[in-house]
Amino acid sequence: MIKNMLYALSKGRTWTLGVPYVWLFLFFAVPFLIVLKISFSSAAIAIPPYEAIYEYADESLQILLNMGNYLLIFEDSLYIDAYIGSLKMAFFSTIACLLIGFPMAYAIARAPKSSQGVLLLLVMLPSWTSFLIRVYAWMGILSNNGLLNNFLLWVGAISEPLQMLNTNFAVYVGIVYTYLPFMILPLYSTLVKLDGSLLEAAADLGSRSLNTFWKITLPLSKGGIIAGSMLVFIPVVGEFVIPELLGGPDSLMIGKVLWQEFFNNRDWPVAASLAMIMLALLIVPITLFHRYQSREMEKGL
Amino acid sequence: MKKLKFSSVMLWVGLAFLYIPMAILVFYSFNASKLVTVWGGFSAKWYGELFKDQQILDAVGTSLTLAFFSATTAVVLGAMAAFVMTRFRHSFAKLTLSNMITAPLVMPEVITGLSLMLLFVAMSDLLGWPKERGMVTVWIAHSTFCAAYVAVVVSARLRELDRSIEEAALDLGAKPLKTFMLITVPMISPSLIAGWFLSFSLSLDDLVIASFVSGPGATTLPMVVFSSVRLGVSPKINALATIIILAVSLIALLSWYLTRRKEKRAKMI
Repeated sequence: MIKNMLYALSKGRTWTLGVPYVWLFLFFAVPFLIVLKISFSSAAIAIPPYEAIYEYADESLQILLNMGNYLLIFEDSLYIDAYIGSLKMAFFSTIACLLIGFPMAYAIARAPKSSQGVLLLLVMLPSWTSFLIRVYAWMGILSNNGLLNNFLLWVGAISEPLQMLNTNFAVYVGIVYTYLPFMILPLYSTLVKLDGSLLEAAADLGSRSLNTFWKITLPLSKGGIIAGSMLVFIPVVGEFVIPELLGGPDSLMIGKVLWQEFFNNRDWPVAASLAMIMLALLIVPITLFHRYQSREMEKGL
Repeated sequence: MKKLKFSSVMLWVGLAFLYIPMAILVFYSFNASKLVTVWGGFSAKWYGELFKDQQILDAVGTSLTLAFFSATTAVVLGAMAAFVMTRFRHSFAKLTLSNMITAPLVMPEVITGLSLMLLFVAMSDLLGWPKERGMVTVWIAHSTFCAAYVAVVVSARLRELDRSIEEAALDLGAKPLKTFMLITVPMISPSLIAGWFLSFSLSLDDLVIASFVSGPGATTLPMVVFSSVRLGVSPKINALATIIILAVSLIALLSWYLTRRKEKRAKMI
């Protein structure tokens, strides 16, 4: 048995699989179990600020699961509203990214081969600069004495500044602005593989371009649409920076609430429960994304 | 006249949408006035102020160090995972690995940050390590999520690689490790470099995860920028933004130029 194990360890294969496996298991999988555990404990004024959920004394193991955090979340409309607000925000900004991103990706995929690289570079370049800086840029544009208001006043479209910063509108603009490249990239990689002769055949047989789009282009780019949408939807549900900087008191999002519970109230158990519920809500989209991604990764095996 | 297509119009409108805010940011970094939206004449004084700000300079040092080590670790982990994903037979271990490697790509940052932070607290409780959170904990966190991105980039390259060269080396008696080092690594090196730069920029950019797992003595640049930006717009941040945008554009253009030149040469031969 031990001899077998030593033999297995001496092989490069085991190491190639083992090293990333152990690392990810320890630093990605185990942490979720700890979050789950702490979500069932109660807050305490201590270091760390929560109580142990099990105790071993007098030869008996006592496990105390405190459901209070979950009950609190389901009873307090603040948390429910924050979840609904996040899901709504994520849904509509995904649709917006798709509506803007699809034609852009299509145009790049149909551009001459020599210029596709430059166009993709132009789309991706902003996302390699700082995320924070790109959100910050909109603070200067949307504020009451900001550029957009000044421009609209100058044109005469409005007579007094519009409140745009610290509203849901600003959050939408910020999300679409920062997440658009993540929608375009997977859309491009499926659209570029689309066989042009299919579209020609459809046109030759008398199909109108809109009909061709619905019947051929859209179904064949399903994989890219799913991947792009999930790359936008899932992170946006937990978004913290954008609602914090661009949103106002009415832009309630769960990432912001979780952050406040953790950093301001130091209530780690409630923060952990909020994270567990968020994860439960996202399990379906994450599985969808995972299926697409692992199919992409293992293609040709 | 050539008919203007809807999609090409959208492409240029979309690109304008992506670039105009950045152009405005750069433009106003040269504004003499402290008010960010009122033009008070040309001045480069904010750059001078920026280089006098010791807190920002320290944070830049911390962030660059962290990004360097995280990117290097992520490339090793990510490349190994990608190799497993593209070359190994199906097994339970591979299935679970593929679950763990793609999930960080989309996992909301608040969840990743919170869970790692709670792990480090539990570990220091049980094992006495890490004593306090700081550079090491941020390094672990960044390496973990960057490895996922490296795995995607590298596995794409591994997939399109001609495997007959590897097989030939193995047939001629080279050991698997030697084949990997002498044949596979040189062939996937562009993707390793791309993955390294991607990880570097992701680590440099991360605010949320670092805020959770960092501790005293490890304040990264995004953390400093965030606490300043929270109070409102400031021309100093515009100057910093301009430098970041310039640096990223230069690196991106250079790498694009180099790959293009290489492709052209390959065509000529």
